[in-house]
Amino acid sequence: MASLMILKSLKKQRSFSSLSPITSSISRFVSTLILGEHEGGQLKQSSLCAVAAAGAISADNSISLLLAGSGPSLQQAASHAASIHPSISQVLVADSDKLSHPLAEPWAELVRLVQQKGRYSHIIAASSSFGKNTLPRAAALLDVSPITDVIEISGPQLFVRPIYAGNALSTVRYTGVDPCLLTIRSTSFPVPHISSDSKSDAAPVSQVDLSTFSEDILDKSRYLKLTSQDTERPDLGSARIVVTGGRGLKSAENFKLMEKLAEKLGAAVGATRAAVDAGFVPNELQVGQTGKIVAPELYMAFGVSGAIQHLAGMRDSKVIVAVNKDADSPIFQVADYGLVADLFDVIPELLEKLPEKK
Amino acid sequence: MKIMVAVKRVIDYAVKIRVKSDKTGVEMNNVKMSMNPFCEIALEEALRIKEAGFATEVIAVSMGPSQCIDTLRTGLAMGADRAIHVDTSTSSSSSSATTTLNPLSVAKLLKKLVDLEKPGLLILGKQAIDDDCNQTGQMVAGLLKWPQGTFASKVILDKEKQVATVEREVDGGLETLCLDLPAVITTDLRLNQPRYATLPNIMKAKSKVIKKVTLEELGVEIKPDLEIVQVTEPPKRKAGVIVSSVDELIDKLKNEAHVI
Repeated sequence: MASLMILKSLKKQRSFSSLSPITSSISRFVSTLILGEHEGGQLKQSSLCAVAAAGAISADNSISLLLAGSGPSLQQAASHAASIHPSISQVLVADSDKLSHPLAEPWAELVRLVQQKGRYSHIIAASSSFGKNTLPRAAALLDVSPITDVIEISGPQLFVRPIYAGNALSTVRYTGVDPCLLTIRSTSFPVPHISSDSKSDAAPVSQVDLSTFSEDILDKSRYLKLTSQDTERPDLGSARIVVTGGRGLKSAENFKLMEKLAEKLGAAVGATRAAVDAGFVPNELQVGQTGKIVAPELYMAFGVSGAIQHLAGMRDSKVIVAVNKDADSPIFQVADYGLVADLFDVIPELLEKLPEKK
Repeated sequence: MKIMVAVKRVIDYAVKIRVKSDKTGVEMNNVKMSMNPFCEIALEEALRIKEAGFATEVIAVSMGPSQCIDTLRTGLAMGADRAIHVDTSTSSSSSSATTTLNPLSVAKLLKKLVDLEKPGLLILGKQAIDDDCNQTGQMVAGLLKWPQGTFASKVILDKEKQVATVEREVDGGLETLCLDLPAVITTDLRLNQPRYATLPNIMKAKSKVIKKVTLEELGVEIKPDLEIVQVTEPPKRKAGVIVSSVDELIDKLKNEAHVI
């Protein structure tokens, strides 16, 4: 919160004095474009994490947020975004039928178009399936190398990212021309809770001029449908508590135990690849190198052996609990609290003894 | 229709990697190398499409040092018809023995190969398990101005209409797209179960053609715009404790970790 206050005051300072001491000490002007995702008229949490990351590039960063789509839900999301975060200085809206679904082809063209006018030094998206799909394509159009899954920003051109399923951290320096394109790991850039009325003056919202939008590529891909699992539980990527089941649960039927436990804790349910492949749960619950990356306050793993690929998705959790029959499971090497026992005994006991959530 | 499949040679997925003490990278000497698991899935999908009669030829390509030939042999033994090796070890501009290729360079090289071979479909894995970039497929699609179907868990081709229907694994569930061919597809783990190469097929693969081309021949200039400053080990977690009962666990979570 304190850093936000500083950001705010810095921005004011810049608008009053023509030569701020901060701008002159930085060799180049930093301005960031964020590819925003929205749903149901609201900016997604992961896009706010991208705003937090933009703030880490430079305190004196002019942040523009780009939203695309069509119709009233886009306009609603734009006005929501304009007032949700004090460091967003501008919201750009691209309203077109071609952008009503977040397809990479029109989005990459849009990013090129907006970059031509805005000349941003950085372009950031969250490492969601949207960001991973779109940003590298945009980078190719701009002829620059993008940087995936940044977990730490050490300077305007210096970034840390995990490689080898998180078993090594690579510090990379971007030496190319502007813009520098990043996708950021949301769990590494938490957003302090901001109430929407914390900012009285909303950032200006302007429409992107799409008259020169190149359309020759856009009809080559068509959106058909999205099948999603409806769930009332918190989103896996941002939940405070995650309970995960592995092959040890043995059946889809038994996985209901995890759901009961999740309900009691107000937690999200995750799964290992083994549990997904065995058909216990749908694949969007997979946690790991190829699934979701989570970093909740509490991660409870039941019947999970702890393969390298799974650890990649949860090793940054604050507190890790493992329940497994096999005392030699690798999961116990990363667990803060381990319980060597049969999960079919432990879960009912937990259900009985855990305090009711408020 | 030809299908081109890009495959990468990486450290085997089961190997516990070691970071070099001088922080320049990861120890690669005397480490088991294999075909990237996502690339195996990409190749398997191409072979299935050919077996279903939608394609006439499957071409496997790989870029890097001469050892990539082993990876291509594996691909040929699985059933690819021929292979192309873009050799980076003999590069005349060899400032270092190994020219490292970043995804942008790989995408540019792939585009060149696509221009030469004119496949109707380019299939790649969604990411390499070493650099974990998840970029190459999207970038080459952008350069070619082809539509892209990333993170595919199901691919259905329609020969008549020349379209591919691709089911994609996205954050909220599964998304279905329809792509005009030619297109780029990147594979998710759930797309298929790759086959094993049988001994007769391994023998047969020895007589299949691997064409070698150099960076110069393709006329693609490699100019890295990313510099690796250092590679370090991730911070170690402090040792945990084994608790003896559910009561003790709940007590610890409540009173020591304060998370419930």
